[in-house]
Amino acid sequence: MATTLPKVDVVTVGIGWVGGIVAAECAKAGLKVIGLERGEKRGTEDYQKVHDEYRYAVRYELMQNLSKETITIRNHRKMPALPMRQMSSFLLGLGLGGSGTHWNGHNWRFLPYDFQIKTMTDEKYGPNKLSKDYLLQDWGVTYDELEPYFYKFEQTAGISGEDTNPFWGKRAQPFPTPPMKKTPILKKFESATQKLGYTPFMLPSANLSEPYTNPDGQAINACQYCGFCERFGCEYGAKTSPEITVVPTAIKTGNFEARFRSNVVEVIKKGNKVTGVKYLDTLSGEEFIQPAEVVVLTSYVMNNAKLLMVSNIGEQYNPDTGRGTLGKNYCYQILPGATGYFEEQMNTFMGAGALGMTIDDYNGDNFDHSDLDFIHGGSISLTQTGSRPIETNPIQRDTPTWGAEFKKNSIYNFTRTLGIGTQGASMPHKENFLSLDSNYKDAYGLPLLQMTYNFTDQDRALHKYITEVCTNIMKEMGAKTVEGKNVITDYDIVGYQTTHNTGGTIMGSSPDNSVVNKYLQHWDAENLFVIGAGNFPHNGGYNPTGTVAALAYQSADAIIKYSKTGGSLV
Amino acid sequence: MTEKQKNYTRRDFLKTTGIATGALIGGGVIGGLVGFNANKTDQGLSNVATPEKHTMQVSQGFQFFQNKKDFDILSNATERIFPKDDLGPGAIDLGVGYFIDHQLAGQYGSNTKEYMQGPFAVGAPTQGYQSRLSRAELFKQGIAKLEEESNSRFKKGFLELEGKQMDEILTAFQNDEVAMVGTTSSFFFRLLRTSTLEGAFSDPMYGGNRNMDGWRMKGFPGHQMAYANVIESDKFQKIEPMSLGQM
Repeated sequence: MATTLPKVDVVTVGIGWVGGIVAAECAKAGLKVIGLERGEKRGTEDYQKVHDEYRYAVRYELMQNLSKETITIRNHRKMPALPMRQMSSFLLGLGLGGSGTHWNGHNWRFLPYDFQIKTMTDEKYGPNKLSKDYLLQDWGVTYDELEPYFYKFEQTAGISGEDTNPFWGKRAQPFPTPPMKKTPILKKFESATQKLGYTPFMLPSANLSEPYTNPDGQAINACQYCGFCERFGCEYGAKTSPEITVVPTAIKTGNFEARFRSNVVEVIKKGNKVTGVKYLDTLSGEEFIQPAEVVVLTSYVMNNAKLLMVSNIGEQYNPDTGRGTLGKNYCYQILPGATGYFEEQMNTFMGAGALGMTIDDYNGDNFDHSDLDFIHGGSISLTQTGSRPIETNPIQRDTPTWGAEFKKNSIYNFTRTLGIGTQGASMPHKENFLSLDSNYKDAYGLPLLQMTYNFTDQDRALHKYITEVCTNIMKEMGAKTVEGKNVITDYDIVGYQTTHNTGGTIMGSSPDNSVVNKYLQHWDAENLFVIGAGNFPHNGGYNPTGTVAALAYQSADAIIKYSKTGGSLV
Repeated sequence: MTEKQKNYTRRDFLKTTGIATGALIGGGVIGGLVGFNANKTDQGLSNVATPEKHTMQVSQGFQFFQNKKDFDILSNATERIFPKDDLGPGAIDLGVGYFIDHQLAGQYGSNTKEYMQGPFAVGAPTQGYQSRLSRAELFKQGIAKLEEESNSRFKKGFLELEGKQMDEILTAFQNDEVAMVGTTSSFFFRLLRTSTLEGAFSDPMYGGNRNMDGWRMKGFPGHQMAYANVIESDKFQKIEPMSLGQM
């Protein structure tokens, strides 16, 4: 029998970037907020011995324990879905800060084009540019509406950058801090792309170029370029994370309580409203009901979708009929790129997660697609994140993968290899979706989330085209040998690709085509908000965090307004 | 003076080095402690805590294996994957076998952070690992199969083979030509290769990468606090590596 606790104004499910932003904003506005986090409390003091590639990058110390919960996966509806038994393709975070602890810190604003992709594609290329199997739709919000919220997050995080990219949306304010150091490796990319007629610029970074204090009074330190960023926490407090910014801001108000080892298993809905959530204390095994005026789902893409499904809120998407919106438009990220093998030794082991230069000449609709069989594209970057020796063993395709030749070549190439990578956009397809699995269960007896996903012709065409662009840049950079990424065929969950999963709880202008409205308020329950990259109707050509955070800030304002007025916000 | 008084006791060691008061922590000291010979009074402290000594001494025991032959088969297989050459030590000298032994004894070996509930099915390659076997079970069986395959191909045990013959067997595993129960030989081979590299290049506190020679060969300086002052330099920086235990 679950114990019912005293009611609060707002409860968040998860305390990562989104939970932290909602908690900070609502608590500052005087609302009483409780954050339920299924992982542990952690902070900078826990990262002092973090330079351990094996524990953190290989054995995934900061990530979710799959013995408790995972997903099932199949490439298409005729294939039996099986559990993802080991993490590989993407890394699900756990604990205070969530993925905001182990991210690299690339901070982007999606392009104005992304938010109106359907309208703009139809206008320029006609309504049949992609087949009707691609469920392209506008987001119900525009770049201009989000602009102040993008900036609000950039201020909170102290983002380091330069406003010299001619292709991105207009910025009302400069970046809070100047760009990171332009290293010799970055300069190779800069001069090559300039020679080819492109416009390189420093990647907007949450690894700060200088010490910074944000508008809430939280201090963020200067990056030391130690080379241990993605999959690690920052021992300097120099990689902006929820636990050094929005979480202490929320706590400082006296209106926020973070409750750890609290795994939410159900959102309780009565009529047209939700009344609270049910959660399990994973230490004692006790069940609690936390009543709240407003429930905000702020966990990762997978769990936000799953909680709605197991709580029976909204209609499950059905690919046969096209009815239902929950689980629809699951997208990933397409990753074209090229590797260059150089003769000179470079300091490849130094770096920072978001130390890089980028071109946007092949992103969005910044280039003409009239003669191409795909839309969109991606940001093309060279990042110097710091090569680490277990996972970086660069060898050319004709080199054996073990033995004497492998050893000689992988050691030689370790400090002589660079990569160019693309965050390629991913378009929604009617056969790619999330649902509940009927065979496999988690440790709490709930069904696992099921992912039905494969790459599409659009993805393969985009990948091939942009890989050629990357290959040309790498040649211009002076690499002795250049290898473009292999063409993509079927999506494979083996091998790390990216933790940029999107969709499933998408936003839009109507309950017919979306789960939540532009304020991320659920169409079927006005006091339920669902926030995260799950709101993206498609995935754009950038890393998602900056856009997720802008949506969260906009939604936090809406939640504060809702708590005074009630009713639908649209 | 009793025998006990003459000897440098563990408690004395703790006192003089400040460990008991918490002044020092980390693998270097722990290593030194384990390697400290309590029967010699002339043991200087400077002889105890050097990284060379502690990495050689802490790792040489079995946490998982029972039979030395199984361990030697594994070690020899890892040596073929990452052999000794003029660049430096191979897997055996780096202690990779001990690294794998220690890993198999813990969370890695029993897959405690992974979803191991049934029903089990073979699945498509794109669905990843679907075996009911833990890594510990997989390694045990894989090592037995290496020996079995060696006997059937060459009428000799794996440890008596020439290097080239070992390579032939490993290639057969890699190409899925050897039948295994509940898994495939190519999967076991991939696991063997990956864990060999993990042992060669992880922090020495895990028992491999002895003397940080794996890092030295690659020009990787291990754990360094900061590169902010040198990252803009055009010159390649040769930096003496540091382990977490030296922190």
